[in-house]
Amino acid sequence: MAREAQSETQNPIIRVRDITVQFGSTRVLDGLNLDVKRGEILGFVGPSGAGKSVLTRTIIGLVPKVAGSIEVFGVDLDSSNTSQRRNVERRWGVLFQQGALFSSLTVRQNIQFPMREYLRVSQRLMDEITMAKLTMVGLKPEVAERFPSELSGGMIKRVALARALALDPDLVFLDEPTSGLDPIGAGDFDELVRTLQRTLGLTVFMVTHDLDSLYTACDRIAVLGNGKIIAAGSIADMQASQHPWLRQYFHGKRARAVMA
Amino acid sequence: MNSDPKLERIAKGNALALCATGTWTASFAPVLERMVADAEKLAGTPQSIFIDVSEIAKLDTFGAWLIERLRRSLTKGPVEAQIAGLSANYSSLVDEVRRVRATAVVDSSPITITGMLEQIGRSVAGVAGTVAGLIDMLGAVLAAGFRILIHPRSFRLTSTVHHMEQVCWRAVPIIVLITFLIGCIIAQQGIFHFRRFGADIFVVDMLGVLVLREIGVLLVAIMVAGRSGSAYTAELGSMKMREEIDALRTMGFDPIEVLVLPRMMALVLALPILAFLGAMAALYGGGLVAWLYGGVEPEAFLLRLRDAISIDHFIVGIVKAPVMAAVIGIVACVEGLAVQGSAESLGQHTTASVVKGIFFVIVMDGIFAIFFASIGM
Repeated sequence: MAREAQSETQNPIIRVRDITVQFGSTRVLDGLNLDVKRGEILGFVGPSGAGKSVLTRTIIGLVPKVAGSIEVFGVDLDSSNTSQRRNVERRWGVLFQQGALFSSLTVRQNIQFPMREYLRVSQRLMDEITMAKLTMVGLKPEVAERFPSELSGGMIKRVALARALALDPDLVFLDEPTSGLDPIGAGDFDELVRTLQRTLGLTVFMVTHDLDSLYTACDRIAVLGNGKIIAAGSIADMQASQHPWLRQYFHGKRARAVMA
Repeated sequence: MNSDPKLERIAKGNALALCATGTWTASFAPVLERMVADAEKLAGTPQSIFIDVSEIAKLDTFGAWLIERLRRSLTKGPVEAQIAGLSANYSSLVDEVRRVRATAVVDSSPITITGMLEQIGRSVAGVAGTVAGLIDMLGAVLAAGFRILIHPRSFRLTSTVHHMEQVCWRAVPIIVLITFLIGCIIAQQGIFHFRRFGADIFVVDMLGVLVLREIGVLLVAIMVAGRSGSAYTAELGSMKMREEIDALRTMGFDPIEVLVLPRMMALVLALPILAFLGAMAALYGGGLVAWLYGGVEPEAFLLRLRDAISIDHFIVGIVKAPVMAAVIGIVACVEGLAVQGSAESLGQHTTASVVKGIFFVIVMDGIFAIFFASIGM
């Protein structure tokens, strides 16, 4: 039993091998390999339209793949049965680009939705945990009774994060969490992700365009280009890379401003 | 790896000490809650209170909160309860939870008689609002129409043609099929009952008058309300939800002119065409049944039909079509633009669009019947 636990800590939490995804005749991902280690915050960058969101959605299982295998928590998602898959889904949380909150439910009901589905918890405890989650993502308790249409863009992202964290997942996928936030809000968000990673021991898979996030929040960075991972490593590795797109990305005007 | 959680009292002189062990996670929440509730009742006025958490194997937000809940409820008197033996891994989680202000959740107000009466009152007042909304939209559409008359160039022909294809051309197969079947059924029922007193041939009169005056246009209007009215509401509603309509406004476009008018035009042109096709299909179906089932030869059917109906019947039917189209279109667009931010609201307004559309179509039909009767048509 102990050995099993040990192997789980050593093996990557996500292992993607030779993934190919095709829409019609355009090949978006072409034999892609990627490992995400336990407890790290992986920043995932690449030009617009390179397929960052497609990879995220493929791992979660929303986009069908042509070839390759995906293992999450050591479970191969293709050969797993329903209960194994459900078990995996219970252990991950997803923050969608637009929040994807249920528009006809209040914030409180949105956060409690996965709890109701997966846990047998009293209403009192659910309400208290909801408040705890809202506090964690930096929102006031008053927000709980509002509907998503009554929230600002930044609040929607925070509530969506609270919902993604509702079940205390081991792994969260964040799809451009800071896009559409003001710089201060985005900075807070990075800080928040860091804190949560520390307190809850999360592994974070973050698709982002935000250079600040890459510098402040991420442990490791993977770069997507031409349907493959063209580079993966620390921010220093990225800056040292000679790849033309990476050079442009990490040595452009905006990057210099961030580093300064 | 997972062991059952426990919360035990350790005797320690004057102090109240509780020792938590095992897995304190969400999956054990019911057990944990019961244990914490029992521990909260521990009486006495100890000099100090400790909750020892050093033996906890696994902790998540649920467990951390329950410990915090226990700590808070034990801290009633002058003595503050302490959490002891916190490992570095979990201390930040416990700190995080400590910041949470427990606020009572306001339950939605219970159902009362006055509340129900209030609801009824609001609904009744809402009817006036609905009618006002419809008249408002009619006015806005007419105003936009006049602007188009003055500046014909701003008319959106492409959009109108596109909607014509959607509501007219693509509706032809289903409309023709349904009206054909209804024509068959009317003829069959007519023959079946008329035959008993040897009045088979009068089925032609009934079919002609019924189809041309009423059934043709009414049936087609109801189908169009269900088919295109709902589509209009859903389209405009989702555009409203995604702020597309606000975007149009800020660019200096009038949503009525850009979105509503082409749809209205398409519908007003489409419904007479569909009503005509529907009437023809129903007559054809009726004639077929009359021939095959009732033995009325096609020549006899046509001869009888010519005697039985006049152009008036046809005009009475077809004149109603554009008016009904306008009613359906206005209802659909008002409902579409009234959609709020949620998916539920979109569903409610689409339902309301179809229900109100059909209701107003039938009301209009009744008004027309009275009108035509009084002018002797």
